[in-house]
Amino acid sequence: MSKAVIENSNILLEVCNLEVQYDAIKALHGLSFTISKGEIVTLIGANGAGKSSILRAISGLTAFSGDIFFEGQNLQSVPAHKIVRLGIAHVPEGRGVFGNLTVNENLQLATWQRKDKAEINADYDRIFTLFPKLKIRLNQLAGTLSGGEQQMLVVGRAIMSRGRLLLLDEPSMGLAPKLVQEIFHIIKDINNTGTTILLVEQNANMALQIASRAYVLETGRIVLAGTGLELLGSPRIKSAYLGS
Amino acid sequence: MSEGIIYWLQQALNAFQLGSIYALIALGYTMVYGILTMINFAHGDVFMIGAFFCFLLSSLLGLSFIPTLLLTMLGTALLGVMIERLAYKPLRQAPKVSAIITALGVGMFLENFTLALAPYPKQVPLLLENVTWDVYGISISSIQIVIISLSLLLMLLLDYIVQRTSIGMAMRAISWDKTIVPLMGIPVDLIISITFAIGAGLAGAAGTMYALAYPVIDPYMGVMVGWKAFICAVVGGIGNIRGAMIGAFILGTVEIMVVAFLPSTFRDFVAFTLLMLLIMIRPYGILGKPRIQKV
Ligand SMILES: Nc1ncnc2c1ncn2[C@@H]1O[C@H](COP(=O)(O)OP(=O)(O)OP(=O)(O)O)[C@@H](O)[C@H]1O
Ligand SMILES: [Mg+2]
Repeated sequence: MSKAVIENSNILLEVCNLEVQYDAIKALHGLSFTISKGEIVTLIGANGAGKSSILRAISGLTAFSGDIFFEGQNLQSVPAHKIVRLGIAHVPEGRGVFGNLTVNENLQLATWQRKDKAEINADYDRIFTLFPKLKIRLNQLAGTLSGGEQQMLVVGRAIMSRGRLLLLDEPSMGLAPKLVQEIFHIIKDINNTGTTILLVEQNANMALQIASRAYVLETGRIVLAGTGLELLGSPRIKSAYLGS
Repeated sequence: MSEGIIYWLQQALNAFQLGSIYALIALGYTMVYGILTMINFAHGDVFMIGAFFCFLLSSLLGLSFIPTLLLTMLGTALLGVMIERLAYKPLRQAPKVSAIITALGVGMFLENFTLALAPYPKQVPLLLENVTWDVYGISISSIQIVIISLSLLLMLLLDYIVQRTSIGMAMRAISWDKTIVPLMGIPVDLIISITFAIGAGLAGAAGTMYALAYPVIDPYMGVMVGWKAFICAVVGGIGNIRGAMIGAFILGTVEIMVVAFLPSTFRDFVAFTLLMLLIMIRPYGILGKPRIQKV
């Protein structure tokens, strides 16, 4: 009982009875979960399970029913561009760089609402420390970057928008194994500087290793929840998602 | 200077004047296409309303050139925003054909609304005293100078906005992928409204300048000019702002040259044929390219 109260004061995001309906398809069937400050929470599940739909509902890209509270504020009917300003950054599925803008412009775009010049410069430095390659390519069109570089750019862009909650949709997709390792390190780094993370991953093994907690999704329902380590050890997860 | 060179310079000057007006209108087509991949077929009629505002402000209110120009631009800018909000926005998720048909409908509405207001054609009062100078045999009029320099100024301003300001950056981002722009904290609807305001404002400027050069207006004057400007935008590479300007100056040049050598009834026929050939050679337009996108 007392533990629940302590946890409550620490809750950053609370999702209650979330349902998402596309024309004919119901993608999410009323699921509920919470994310506490400082956690890395991972969502795993097969293709079409509804992982991206959850992220899209949280960041306001998809209409939903049910309730989502961020720092106590209800996000129902808050437009997406205002949700960013509240402190939720979303790296969407599949390399959402603006290919017709330069790397620098892509980063600048995410500072649309920010007036804190000095802090913005500090964020640039931070991004260049994490991704030295981006600094070299600053004036190159983002569409001409390699896939991995584009992925670095979208993560950099999310850092620029200064989210306290970072939603990452398959950041390792299509990357070489070495780069996958690197991306997971960086996610851990970003988390260590105080950013809470909700991570969607196909790479369940890596994701569960860095996750504080994880939820397993099947056709729009949460079917399993636990700490990263618990799920790594679960036979059900092993056979379905870890391929062993 | 030889007779020949003088003749060509004179024609080039005339072509530049005509091209300036086409360019101002073509920009509106290309900007809206760039941001919504939609062709705003009412845009030629917004140009007509611009000329009509210019007539109202100068003849009824007796305003001079500068206030007439500014108020006309403001008026058409508001009209452009209203058209988008009322007619196009509700259809943003609908098939593209619906939006195009609606645009044609809005155009017809504007034409017939204007038609119902008064008998036509109307004579626009002389807004600027037209002085003509003879420079080495080339005749240059003050109106010509005003039209060309004002258009160039507006185009430079637009280029600056699109390439150098954060609003322009947002416009370019929307033209690449509208769905993820809100994730940057950018209000997409506002940027779309601004785009319509700028495009329609430029059409208003074009209407004023057109009325300056050819001071007779009627409700259908925007139809042909609109089609031509649209084709300029396509020839330049629709969605590409610098392309629209290039396309407009090509059309201006072709039209003036055709009239210089052939009966004037050949003008549009030859101009359109040439433009179609250009599109066949470069289907994406002069500056347009198929999008490079790595997946
Ligand atoms: N815009 C849409 N319109 C219609 N159906 C959609 C739409 N987006 C998603 N869906 C459907 O909703 C379900 C969940 O999709 P979602 O993208 O959330 O899955 P996912 O878990 O992210 O899958 P993946 O691992 O393949 O990315 C799928 O059945 C999908 O077909
Ligand atoms: Mg997905």
